[in-house]
Amino acid sequence: MSQSNGMTNLLWLQGASCGGCTMSILESGSSGWFDELRQFGINLLWHPSVSEETGEEAAEVLNSVREGRVPLDLLLLEGSVARGPNDSGRFNMLAGTGRSIYHWMLDLAPRADYVVAVGSCAAYGGVPAAGANPTDAVGLQFEGADAGGALGAGFRSRLGLPVINVAGCAPHPGWMMETILALTSKDLSATDLDTYGRPKFVANHLAHHGCSRNEFYEFKASAETMSERGCLMEHLGCKATQAVGDCNQRSWNGGGSCTKGGYACIACTSPGFEDAQNFLETAKLAGIPVGLPTDMPKAWFVALAALSKSATPRRVRLNATADHVVVPPGRTTAKRTP
Amino acid sequence: MTRITIGPFNRVEGDLEVRLDVESGRVQRAEVTAPLYRGFEQILEGRPPLDALVLAPRICGICSVSQSVAAAAALRHAMGTEAAPNGLLATNIAHAAENAADHLTHFYIFFMPDFAREAYASQDWYQETRERFAATRGSAARDALPARARLLETMGIIAGKWPHSLAFQPGGATRAIELGERVRLLSIVTSFRTFLERTVFADTLENMLSLSTADELDRWRAGRSGDFAHFLRLADSLALSELGKGPGVLMSYGAYQGADCGLFPRGIVGPDMVVEPLPLSQISEDVSHAWMRDCSSDPAHSNTVPDPDKAGAYSWCKAPRLSGQPVEVGAIARQTVAGQALIADLVAPSGTNVRNRVIARLIETARIALAMEQWTRALRLSEPFCAPSQEMPDGAYVGLVEAARGSLGHWVAVRGGKIERYQIIAPTTWNFSPRDSLGVAGPLEQALVGTDVGEAGARSVAVQHVVRSFDPCMVCTAH
Repeated sequence: MSQSNGMTNLLWLQGASCGGCTMSILESGSSGWFDELRQFGINLLWHPSVSEETGEEAAEVLNSVREGRVPLDLLLLEGSVARGPNDSGRFNMLAGTGRSIYHWMLDLAPRADYVVAVGSCAAYGGVPAAGANPTDAVGLQFEGADAGGALGAGFRSRLGLPVINVAGCAPHPGWMMETILALTSKDLSATDLDTYGRPKFVANHLAHHGCSRNEFYEFKASAETMSERGCLMEHLGCKATQAVGDCNQRSWNGGGSCTKGGYACIACTSPGFEDAQNFLETAKLAGIPVGLPTDMPKAWFVALAALSKSATPRRVRLNATADHVVVPPGRTTAKRTP
Repeated sequence: MTRITIGPFNRVEGDLEVRLDVESGRVQRAEVTAPLYRGFEQILEGRPPLDALVLAPRICGICSVSQSVAAAAALRHAMGTEAAPNGLLATNIAHAAENAADHLTHFYIFFMPDFAREAYASQDWYQETRERFAATRGSAARDALPARARLLETMGIIAGKWPHSLAFQPGGATRAIELGERVRLLSIVTSFRTFLERTVFADTLENMLSLSTADELDRWRAGRSGDFAHFLRLADSLALSELGKGPGVLMSYGAYQGADCGLFPRGIVGPDMVVEPLPLSQISEDVSHAWMRDCSSDPAHSNTVPDPDKAGAYSWCKAPRLSGQPVEVGAIARQTVAGQALIADLVAPSGTNVRNRVIARLIETARIALAMEQWTRALRLSEPFCAPSQEMPDGAYVGLVEAARGSLGHWVAVRGGKIERYQIIAPTTWNFSPRDSLGVAGPLEQALVGTDVGEAGARSVAVQHVVRSFDPCMVCTAH
């Protein structure tokens, strides 16, 4: 049950969460997540959704870690840390223990070789921190885009890493499991994280990369209402050119992604995504989207957009505003209409 | 009298604490606490109404489609528009997939592992049960998790991803399904049926659904393999039909949408087993024992404002009541209101209890697997899937759906293009409600009274069966 027998001890707790990250990771592994963990020598010390130990047995598991009787390799938190009211953490008590998740994390995090924030809530605060943030919710080491959070900007886990932020709402099961396994084999170091603590193997890609609507993007052939096939960036709020994630390069649920599903990327891997408004409507200034691709000068974008719109093939233009393919690919003898 | 506190109460969705007053080994009084509050209703206030489609699903990672569908239904009501019929069918398929996945997750991951606990080591069924159902180590999880993942591939086709999809809109669903995708959907549904028929029931779904009495069920299960028959043997051995009796009135808002008014009807049913219309205007919320500030008891006019130091309060959960009474919701309520013959025959003599709740969930799973196949075939592939959005005039609107765990309602008030108020009453808010101002206990609080905990006290596995038989979703409860 501990490092001495070669197993990696993993403790997973839930703060102000929706449980969605757990639901997502339960899809991992061809013979199920539990089998996958075993195959890699990972001992699930306790997980609130799946473990047998309940009540005082579960509290004993947590106390054994807090008191250093059981070594902790990986500490994962799903959900934000609700610090309120008045820094008491009482909006999120860990049942039966008389202590808040906030205070449990302050105790447990220094005990762990690595600390992982699972999902955008644990990473940056996420949806519970939206609007007026009624529970004073923060991430483990970030409050939105600002370093700090529940553990403080200076926190380092026992092996010297900051909190590893597997952002996303919910994150892809692969992002979570690959992070766990890279840590288990000690293959992930501080240089493998971006400035928001996200593993670069996810954060070095944009959600836009591999988007099935790419041809529509190239020609700025845009969908105008929901369910149309065109690019979702110009009118329907898509932030995939600004949000990190390999969402469109790997399949979700056997073949999907948000943009394949017909709706905009809302940048759920980004700190503070929850504070946007009118998610499915593109904010514009003088007819030009405010959120342009991260690394592209505005003038270039405007010039290229005008040029590509003038060159849009009829097939692409007509399909963009249809919900079914109305013009299939193929050579056409018809005259091109402007 | 001894007071014991049980927590963390795991293998439920979210956070739960239970306090029991025990005398002579029996529960005399129970208090149920939801110890997590996030404030979704406060977060939604002042936002553009359509933002509810992004935020409200994130109340819950296990039933995000249900939350989406409730929000979309409320906003559709606000727009005074009709959804594209294809969009409703696609929504039904995805919603059914989520509900079925929830029922599987509950049975295999949350509920059955309790029978593999050491407390039952002396039972003659223990070794077999432990090998099959032990938490995270049993062979059942190796069968159930891949089947669940395959079922959720429905979401990849219809909804982009799960949990937390934006595909479910007031006008329908955002993705038109093509012929190849319909075939893939049918393939997924067929795989699911195969899992149910081989592993869960060891019989065809048609045979399962032809069972209409408790006697037929007894004859059917004799000598049968499969996890459902295994559960029925455990239920007999432990007299689970006498454990965890509910408050007596069952409610359903009606499940799944369509021109023919959905698959399962709306209504209420009491101990006399007569199904009656649901008096919607009689739904109220009481906050006398919740850490919430007093306001209107009508969900259409109330706000949610926390009051963490309130005297006498013990939960972040409000106390919903129908005509002043607590009611039980969930698959057992849906199937009883729908007049499903077997469930009605089980509920008539013994009411709701640990055994009947589990049976109702599995029978419902068989029913929705068949419905998913019909809905998939009914899609008219050349027709639209989403009607355009309309302006939302000022007013108060409601969206009522059935999540896996029971009746879910969103009440939204729109003023000047913004959300003025947003109130949610979730299934577990009904089932795990605290006491009201008259001191009447909520359904679980009532169901726990009389439970024999013997010498085990807080370790009593009977208490765990009662609590988990409701398949509580605590993250939905207080939101």
